[in-house]
Amino acid sequence: MKDSTHDASNRTLSNLDLETPEKPYLDSNELIINMGPQHPATHGVLRVILKLDGEKVLGTECVIGYLHRGVEKIAENRTYTMFNPYVDRMDYVAAVSNGLGYCEAVEKLMNVEAPARAKYIRVILTELNRIASHQLWLGTHALDIGAMTPLFYTFRDREEILKIFEKYCGARLTTHAFRIGGCQYETYAGFEKEVKNFLTFVAPKIDEYEELLTTNRIWIERTRNVGVISAADAIGLGVTGPVLRASGVKWDLRKAQPYAAYSEFDFDIPTGTNGDTYDRYLVRMAEMRQSLRIIEQAVNRIPEGPIMAKVPKIIKPPVGEIYHSIEAPKGELGYFIVSDGSTQPYRLRVRPPSFVNLQALDIMVRGLLVADVVAVIGTIDIVLGEVDR
Amino acid sequence: MAEEVKTPVPPPPLEGEKKPAAEERAAPASAEPAKPAAPAKPAGPVPVPWTSPLVEKYKGQYGSGIDAQTYLGQNYFAVDRSLIPNILRLLRDEEQFDYCVDITAVHYPQREKQFDVVWILYSFPRNQRVRVKTQIADGASISSSVSIWATANWLEREVYDMFGIQFDGHPDLKRILLPDGWKGHPLRKDYGILQQDNEWVQINLGIESGQ
Repeated sequence: MKDSTHDASNRTLSNLDLETPEKPYLDSNELIINMGPQHPATHGVLRVILKLDGEKVLGTECVIGYLHRGVEKIAENRTYTMFNPYVDRMDYVAAVSNGLGYCEAVEKLMNVEAPARAKYIRVILTELNRIASHQLWLGTHALDIGAMTPLFYTFRDREEILKIFEKYCGARLTTHAFRIGGCQYETYAGFEKEVKNFLTFVAPKIDEYEELLTTNRIWIERTRNVGVISAADAIGLGVTGPVLRASGVKWDLRKAQPYAAYSEFDFDIPTGTNGDTYDRYLVRMAEMRQSLRIIEQAVNRIPEGPIMAKVPKIIKPPVGEIYHSIEAPKGELGYFIVSDGSTQPYRLRVRPPSFVNLQALDIMVRGLLVADVVAVIGTIDIVLGEVDR
Repeated sequence: MAEEVKTPVPPPPLEGEKKPAAEERAAPASAEPAKPAAPAKPAGPVPVPWTSPLVEKYKGQYGSGIDAQTYLGQNYFAVDRSLIPNILRLLRDEEQFDYCVDITAVHYPQREKQFDVVWILYSFPRNQRVRVKTQIADGASISSSVSIWATANWLEREVYDMFGIQFDGHPDLKRILLPDGWKGHPLRKDYGILQQDNEWVQINLGIESGQ
């Protein structure tokens, strides 16, 4: 259709760095549509307002807060011990990591240190949780893109991790596994053996996931050069975790500022080069294998000894403030706690990795197609419970 | 790793040590010591002055407007509000604090300058963290750091949403977690935990109360 009234000069694309097609075959009006809040590919209640030109994304705006529960306000009205289970409800697929960060932050504020045995148990459970979190990410991300099989594989194998959690502390997801000062529970009889069995069980399974996807042509076409973010942009946007590492920044808090017992283990930091969805996939796959390495070292030399440090029954940190952060599966998870010397935090701020990483969505999807937005939301790996808190 | 080194500190009894900047401002001195229970922990750690070439440089440049302390091995600057944009920019441009970890605030209703605004910064080349904080009064505004770190955009929106602190020069300062028409800022101390905007709930959700 040669229609001179549909002139390309009407289009306002100049400031968005998009090439103007010579022959506009679609209506050149911009279209604004909502994706979500109820949408299977938004991994929860995330609403993304898309500004489209045909299928091309010109810009996005995230509307969040649908799951806001006021966690930080709740913290100010609970004692330090009472607040401990609440942190599990933020990133509920990596509850153990949340608990580790919180307990360590309060311990730092009280100037106590968990015993060596507790630290090893913490590392083992946290790394198991990292694998579980990455498995859940992989299954849902692949499902979003159209590969259904990995979902069944990853959920089948993640079950084994949840069984270990259940046997250890009675809960599968919101575990409340750690206490301020150490761990409440001693490992159950046969814990080491079950963890070792899991390691030999899951290593070939990770190869299996890779067999399905890594060289799969459809997977590569859908992920390579999609959602690219440069290292400079990622740092400026405060992006952390696998997303930052896939852009080539070799930075992991477990190495940079070791906490728990991480300084005692030998592991590598996998990085990518292109900062695209495919690299982020490869980084997370490699991270699962590194987690297996850490768990293997830890489980083979769990020291004997107590699992709780000497902490008073009523936790009353001295007046002061502390920031402590850990490398959660999704990035830097930080707790900034202000104590006024009472039994309740005066102010407790959570620095959620999902919230900060989600801000990079806009820069990553500009110029892509609508279908790629789904891939990019998946690759950032957000949990809305943590974004909204 | 420099900040992780725990400095063993002989604890001199020091009142109101929590806000080092408070001493020179005098106003909160009476309100501060009343809050912590005096007999609770007399032998707790206290902040000590933080000495480093970085601090010397800024103190030489800005004098009394800037104070530097270390608490439990973590360093922070207490900076006068007017110096904030300069200090933040210098920390990024000259001292390589290229990653803004978090921006948040703390409400002290009994103080004359009610809010502490806190920036948590990290430097990849130095592997070092620093906190910058400043005190501002209720209703006062502070300059936005979106032009310094792009990540400040959402973080400042959240501070605005939760505390009602205005950031000058922010490209799109509006609520982020709460709905647009919500009244009140929940993380202020005078906002009760059971309090909510009933009017909003009635209009938008069609129920009497969300409680």
